[in-house]
Amino acid sequence: MSEFTLWDIVYNLLLAARWTVLLSLTAFVLGGIVGLLLLMVRTAGNPWVMRLVRGYVELFQGTPLLMQLFIVFFGLPLIGIDVSPWIAAMLGLTLFTSAFLTEIWRGCVESIGLGQWEASASLGMNFRQQMRYIILPQALRIAVPPTVGFSVQVVKGTAVASIIGFVELTKAGTMITNATYAPFTVYGCVAVMYFLICFPLSLYARHLEGKLRHVAR
Amino acid sequence: MSLVELHAIHKSFGELEVLKGIDLKIEEGQVIALIGKSGSGKSTLLRTINGLETINDGTIMVAGKKVGDRDTDVLTLRLNVGMVFQQFNLFPHYTALENVMLSPQVVKKQSKAEAKEVAEEMLAKVGLADKMMHYPDQLSGGQQQRVAIARALAMKPRVLLCDEVTSALDPELVNEVLAVVRQLAEEGMTLVMVTHEMRFAREVCDKLVFMDQGRIHESGAPEEVFANPKTSELASFVGGLA
Amino acid sequence: MAYKFDFGAIVPHWELLLDGVVLTTELTVIGAVVGVSLGTLGAWARASRAPVISQIVGIYVELIRNTPFLVQLFFIFFGLPALGVKLSEFQAAVLAMIVNLGAYSTEIIRAGILAIPKGQIEAAQSLAMNRVQIFRYVIIRPALKKIWPALSSQIVIVMLGSSVCSQIAAEELTFAANYIQAVNFRAFEVYFVATALYLAMSVLLRWVLKIFGNFLFERRSHV
Ligand SMILES: Nc1ncnc2c1ncn2[C@@H]1O[C@H](COP(=O)(O)OP(=O)(O)OP(=O)(O)O)[C@@H](O)[C@H]1O
Ligand SMILES: [Mg+2]
Repeated sequence: MSEFTLWDIVYNLLLAARWTVLLSLTAFVLGGIVGLLLLMVRTAGNPWVMRLVRGYVELFQGTPLLMQLFIVFFGLPLIGIDVSPWIAAMLGLTLFTSAFLTEIWRGCVESIGLGQWEASASLGMNFRQQMRYIILPQALRIAVPPTVGFSVQVVKGTAVASIIGFVELTKAGTMITNATYAPFTVYGCVAVMYFLICFPLSLYARHLEGKLRHVAR
Repeated sequence: MSLVELHAIHKSFGELEVLKGIDLKIEEGQVIALIGKSGSGKSTLLRTINGLETINDGTIMVAGKKVGDRDTDVLTLRLNVGMVFQQFNLFPHYTALENVMLSPQVVKKQSKAEAKEVAEEMLAKVGLADKMMHYPDQLSGGQQQRVAIARALAMKPRVLLCDEVTSALDPELVNEVLAVVRQLAEEGMTLVMVTHEMRFAREVCDKLVFMDQGRIHESGAPEEVFANPKTSELASFVGGLA
Repeated sequence: MAYKFDFGAIVPHWELLLDGVVLTTELTVIGAVVGVSLGTLGAWARASRAPVISQIVGIYVELIRNTPFLVQLFFIFFGLPALGVKLSEFQAAVLAMIVNLGAYSTEIIRAGILAIPKGQIEAAQSLAMNRVQIFRYVIIRPALKKIWPALSSQIVIVMLGSSVCSQIAAEELTFAANYIQAVNFRAFEVYFVATALYLAMSVLLRWVLKIFGNFLFERRSHV
């Protein structure tokens, strides 16, 4: 225990934190893309597709992230795809993220009043033009704050990936604890590092939200 | 000894001085109308008398006792001084009866039966004996305002402050509320009201107080004040109404 | 060669799963009741005039909301004994859930309180109510009513989040699933069933919270 200084602990945690950041970014970007696709097929209006997407969202919002990761991690090998913890974590978190983001964005699109659709239709615009010029620009503006806010959930979600064996910040914390027997210090440091990643994002989301409310007045 | 005495009241919101030295005495049984242009400080003055605004300078005496700035002082003040608001402010999760019963029960520690008896009496007085079990959103604006009056009366205040109690009402509902206020005045209730209903003020009030830019510009019996305004501000205010 | 699913391999262990469901439910009920109470106190402190207390609560809320639940759990279970606080697995799990939900519900309830029109509070003040009376009789019920859906969602999130309590060997549903798959080597089937159980529990919990909310905020005059 004496051979580990506080700096050793912090240094090793910082190395692992890179994986937390990478996993968060990947899941957020890929999840965003999938979420956007889901949003598009959903707003285009086939009732069966809509129901399917809603089921997808409810499935991911109604089950633990840990179970989602387990299913991916243990399920894919069954259909012949061997996955590393990294791939499983990335895939699981991407699906998780897409479900939440598509739901957040649906709310934003729906908050654009019927009047905007009608007004743009009365100008002779078709669905794509309405989306492109009228609805999306407005929806995008109100969508940014909650999207940034959700990124915090993604970062925190990556901690669950430690359970399927992906070595990121939390897993590194456990490993270092086992070597140092200093759980208080190590998990304290782990918490601080998550906080340093998440808190700026939270602040930024709140700032954006405040600005939006200001403009809306 | 006056019931309420205000002496040299000053009140500012940041840089803006809204009350610039107000002296006012409210006698037992008096009915006072506060009039003046929008922004002249009428609401602020009423809220000051109820302790809803802290003052920067001056003294408030109620029944001969100075109101300090401790919480208990303000609560004692409010036991003597009731208030009715422009926007009614009924509690949405209580029925009319419960709205009226609440404060006597929790503040004055009256028994439920006692509070209920008083509440029923007050609601009957404002003509709502048949609406006691209704929730605020099941009542018209005029009815809500009458419940609010009953709610204030149930605390048996010695003065009732009314801030434009008919301004938020549809025209056809104004009279039912004014009738209640008139009845209170006739029964000898001490009233201070901000109002834009000049005819009503003239008929009901003993004293008219005209405010302009944070000062009391003129006051006196309504007939006199209306007939010979001494200042050009009041003259133009009265002229503007005609 | 295709994999043969064998859900039958779980059947012998159904009692373990049931025990897990029961424990998850216990964790959730205690966590929700105490956590929301804590949140109510926190919201009251945030809205109070005492700036120091309000700031301390503010820091607590931000610390919890910006760190993963799993790390909070590890800190409580593995870290606190260093301070002489030794907790059982169940106690640590419940405490972590309370602390976590307490922070989120502080923020949620505070938003509900801020949405109460100022006139409501002034009316209560003019009726000579003191601060505690105003909070208790005038503010809290309409505030809770307004944010009940958000609060319900958060409680469901905390219930689902409790699945990581398996990591400190609290014997809830996920722990049961882990145990079973270690015995019968049917990981996918076991987790599939556990996932379905969680889904059913979250649907049920949402429904119960809705009914409970209707009951709490129902109009019924007592007079
Ligand atoms: N809480 C506050 N913060 C800042 N300024 C205020 C506040 N309340 C009132 N004021 C300002 O004080 C001045 C007097 O307001 P007050 O409401 O007393 O006027 P009033 O005579 O009641 O007007 P009205 O007839 O429109 O009700 C106004 O200029 C108003 O903008
Ligand atoms: Mg006013």
